Amino acid sequence: MKKLKLVLVGNGMAGVRALEELLKIAPDLYDITVFGAEPHANYNRILLSPVLAGEMTLKDIMLNDVDWYATNGITLHLNKKIAKIDRVARKVIAADGTEAPYDRLLLATGSNPFMLPVPGAKLDGVITYRDIQDTNAMIDSAARFKNAVVIGGGLLGLEAANGLKLRGMNVTVVHLMEWLMERQLDRSAAGMLQKTLEAKGLAFKLKTQTAEIVGSDDGGKAGRVTAVRFKDGAEVAADLVVMAVGIRPNTDLAEAAGLYCNRGIVVNDTMQTYDPRVYAVGECVAHRGLAYGLVAPLFDMAKVCANHLGNFGIGRYQGSTLSTKLKVTGVDLFSAGDFTGNPDTEEILFNDAIGGVYKKLLVKDNKLIGCVLYGDTVDGSWYFQMLRDKQDIHEIRDHLMFGQSHLGNAGHQGQNKAASMADTAEVCGCNGVCKGTIVKAIKEQGLFTLDDVRKQTKASSSCGSCTGLVEQILSSTVGGAYQPAEAKNKPMCACTEHTHEEVRKVLLEQKLKTIPAIMAFMEWITPNGCASCRPALNYYLLCAWPHEYTDDKQSRFINERAHANIQKDGTFSVIPRMWGGSTSSSELRRIADVVDKYKIPTVKVTGGQRIDLLGVKKEDLPGVWRDLDMPSGHAYAKALRTVKTCVGSEWCRFGVQDSTQMGIDLEKDLWRMYAPHKVKLAVSGCPRNCAESGIKDVGVIGVESGWEIYIAGNGGIKTEVAQFLCKLKTSAEVLEYAGAFLQLYREEARYLDRTVHYVARVGIDYVKQRIVDDAANRAALYARLRDAVSGEKDPWQERAAGTDAREFELLEA
Amino acid sequence: MSAVMKPATAVTWTRICRVDEIPQLGARVVKSAHGNIAVFRNGEDEVFALLDKCPHKGGPLSQGIVFGRKVACPLHGWNIGLDDGAAVAPDHGCTRSFAVKLVDGAVFIGLN
Ligand code: SRM
Ligand SMILES: Cc1cc2nc3c(=O)[nH]c(=O)nc-3n(C[C@H](O)[C@H](O)[C@H](O)COP(=O)(O)OP(=O)(O)OC[C@H]3O[C@@H](n4cnc5c(N)ncnc54)[C@H](O)[C@@H]3O)c2cc1C
Ligand code: SF4
Ligand code: FES
Repeated sequence: MKKLKLVLVGNGMAGVRALEELLKIAPDLYDITVFGAEPHANYNRILLSPVLAGEMTLKDIMLNDVDWYATNGITLHLNKKIAKIDRVARKVIAADGTEAPYDRLLLATGSNPFMLPVPGAKLDGVITYRDIQDTNAMIDSAARFKNAVVIGGGLLGLEAANGLKLRGMNVTVVHLMEWLMERQLDRSAAGMLQKTLEAKGLAFKLKTQTAEIVGSDDGGKAGRVTAVRFKDGAEVAADLVVMAVGIRPNTDLAEAAGLYCNRGIVVNDTMQTYDPRVYAVGECVAHRGLAYGLVAPLFDMAKVCANHLGNFGIGRYQGSTLSTKLKVTGVDLFSAGDFTGNPDTEEILFNDAIGGVYKKLLVKDNKLIGCVLYGDTVDGSWYFQMLRDKQDIHEIRDHLMFGQSHLGNAGHQGQNKAASMADTAEVCGCNGVCKGTIVKAIKEQGLFTLDDVRKQTKASSSCGSCTGLVEQILSSTVGGAYQPAEAKNKPMCACTEHTHEEVRKVLLEQKLKTIPAIMAFMEWITPNGCASCRPALNYYLLCAWPHEYTDDKQSRFINERAHANIQKDGTFSVIPRMWGGSTSSSELRRIADVVDKYKIPTVKVTGGQRIDLLGVKKEDLPGVWRDLDMPSGHAYAKALRTVKTCVGSEWCRFGVQDSTQMGIDLEKDLWRMYAPHKVKLAVSGCPRNCAESGIKDVGVIGVESGWEIYIAGNGGIKTEVAQFLCKLKTSAEVLEYAGAFLQLYREEARYLDRTVHYVARVGIDYVKQRIVDDAANRAALYARLRDAVSGEKDPWQERAAGTDAREFELLEA
Repeated sequence: MSAVMKPATAVTWTRICRVDEIPQLGARVVKSAHGNIAVFRNGEDEVFALLDKCPHKGGPLSQGIVFGRKVACPLHGWNIGLDDGAAVAPDHGCTRSFAVKLVDGAVFIGLN
């Protein structure tokens, strides 16, 4: 088949990203030709600032070199500006006459920096800050001249000023407004920023309007700039003037071709212009009336555009919420959303002028609508996520200001400020990755997302407790280009565009009952998914169609396929169920015999009140289970694990309820229940709480008059205290409430969410409303759970009797 | 360098099992003089054989989840290509692969 022709005009960040996305999903659909006005291949424009500051070189910031185009069969025309689009003949024509025909055209012409129309703006030494050429001009001026004036105290201006200062110039920043970065910062934060920058040697003139740029008169023709004169008549000497007063979408070419433009090339949600053959992405577009000036939204646009060019047609771009980060080494600053406030908004403020930390959160209708952080930005992405997800925060309001990690995260020495960490400091305790390695990978490999960093460095890819730190390092390295993924719209994995919620909804509505059926109906990109989506789909089907669905063993992680926990040497561990942590002499005797018979090297009492036999060979598992004759402890599964108990009123002098029996009853009621993640319970006989019910998925505490129920606690990576749900009188009620809550979690949580994550998302009030206030719903949920576990057999007993024998048999060669 | 001619070692084909004795998107473990060998069957009924040792820390690849032409190691999730045993970027390393062929539904493995 003859390939279609795709032409890209504008070899910048947005356009090339769209090509990358397109090649990922439809590598053979198009013959691609690229025109770039600059003489360079694709580079990371936002890292021009570190280049100017001398922290990186131009070589470091290349994203795709010329070889990349060649390898992917793309024809590249550098240094060729397209002068005209002929939409009738469907071709583009470059200034030097080169022509290229197209079936689809992609415009990504970026924007042009704005020049103040003051006298002298055309003098030598007056430049803007946009590309490699400008950056080189600044580096060159810094080597030859003394005085620089930067007009504009926004993000770009400050990064330019910082770079020029580091290169030894005297720098004055002139700003029209009352404080710096007024579009991203409030007055207080801006004041702290100004103080920090002054300490670095920058001078500021605020509330100052430029009237004229004064230059030497070079015999009639304009010479080089010598000074900047202001409206009040004052003057500052200048050999270099950098104008950083804003950008204008570059629409010249599109307008001349008759495409509708209004503060940008107007596009719809699929990034098509008024001519559907012509797409546009990047800073040159206006989408729903907005033009963007940061990288993150451009990447979202690129993805949607590629999806349509690739004929998948499922993505839509719906606009972006933005956050900002200044890339000046040693300055920690983050801002997002609306931070000015009005009479309807509430303000939560933390201001430590001496310590240099300032935080402002703005709340409206129990939702975070904006934040400004200065000095400590570790929680920036956490706040940003809540802001974009419009999460109800009233339950966490009292500790919102102290951030996500105020309870401490395990594994990185309590560090929470990436800026103050040395390059050699360990960020990820699971994979032993230090800060320097992460920064290096981000810079050298042009990484922009948490997923990229995880893939390339492994940092935060295991337990995830250092995610905040890694995000912070990302955002201080790539600036506003880093935007945490919007959880609500995040696809399950790279195999699909759909979210967990969409998949669960569709499989119910369409009565899809197998993994291949879901993949076919929902247009999975890969033939049989991956190790991340398959187990999730398997669980969703299991939960949706209890007795109908046949478990797909090959979509289970090995632990759940072999019903034992794989160890580092490939052997397995066996943890039999001991109801409520109780056992007997005959069980103990059988365990001892099994250990001897199968030469099991290690026997250990677990943290979950039972006994672990470690180092069992896979082929021995069925025999071990047969001889043990105890039920599976499911210590390997996303299922009910242990119900810890204390001795309670039967023996303990303080006990007011029979917690051991309550625990046994709960465990017998709930075992064999698969869930989005593991589920752990505990029952204590009095508020001394020896079974640690306060950090369990469901914790039960005996009191004189009955039982208190707590939910959504977690004792793992990030310790979270369980929240009070309600108080009950009888054991039967405890079973019903606990079961109903867990069924709700089973039906609504995303795969791999613990109860704590699920409840954080929906809110405890919602759970109370569904479980405590609504008796009929509670009963129905509990009934569905009972039904789901009713048919389940003990997996060990089945396998001891011969089910799945092949799984455990070795072949010989 | 001395030019020693290596005698061309003849590949011996050993019958392992029938292809339907390996689960689709799964694997079986074969004990051999070379150590354990993982024999995989993918979604298109293609068969592959790799040394059952992940190039990362020796994890048993036979126990991983199979998808496309890859297997995810059960220990730390590296993705290993079934054709050649090479780790998928950004990871580096390669595990030994063995020749396999299918004859009338029977799986043969080439050992030398
Ligand atoms: C055996 C045991 C340690 C011990 O020797 O005591 C254990 C061993 C493992 N834990 Fe655990 N955990 C054990 C009690 C706990 C506890 C304490 C408890 O249950 O009271 C916790 C904290 C409570 C909690 O879960 O909230 C705990 C929090 C974790 C976590 C972090 C979970 C989290 O959401 O933050 C993981 C990682 C995970 O599941 O993703 C984990 C994962 C693991 C794994 C499964 C790692 C793995 O994926 O291979 C370990 C399996 C070793 C094996 O093969 O046996 N283990 N683990 C304990 C088994 C209890 C049991 O009888 O079933
Ligand atoms: C110094 C600096 C620092 C920045 N820092 C950040 C930051 O920290 N975070 C952040 O999110 N964003 C930052 N930005 C903004 C970010 O770089 C832009 O949002 C992004 O590069 C826009 O991508 P684009 O593809 O739309 O435009 P560009 O990357 O500008 O690409 C457009 C390309 O099209 C070419 N072109 C234009 N017209 C034609 C034509 N007719 N024919 C052929 N080629 C043409 C141009 O030469 C240019 O190469 C920064 C920008 C600068 C300059
Ligand atoms: S048992 Fe738990 S804490 Fe111990 S090493 Fe394994 S996962 Fe870590
Ligand atoms: S041993 Fe295979 S990923 Fe670590």
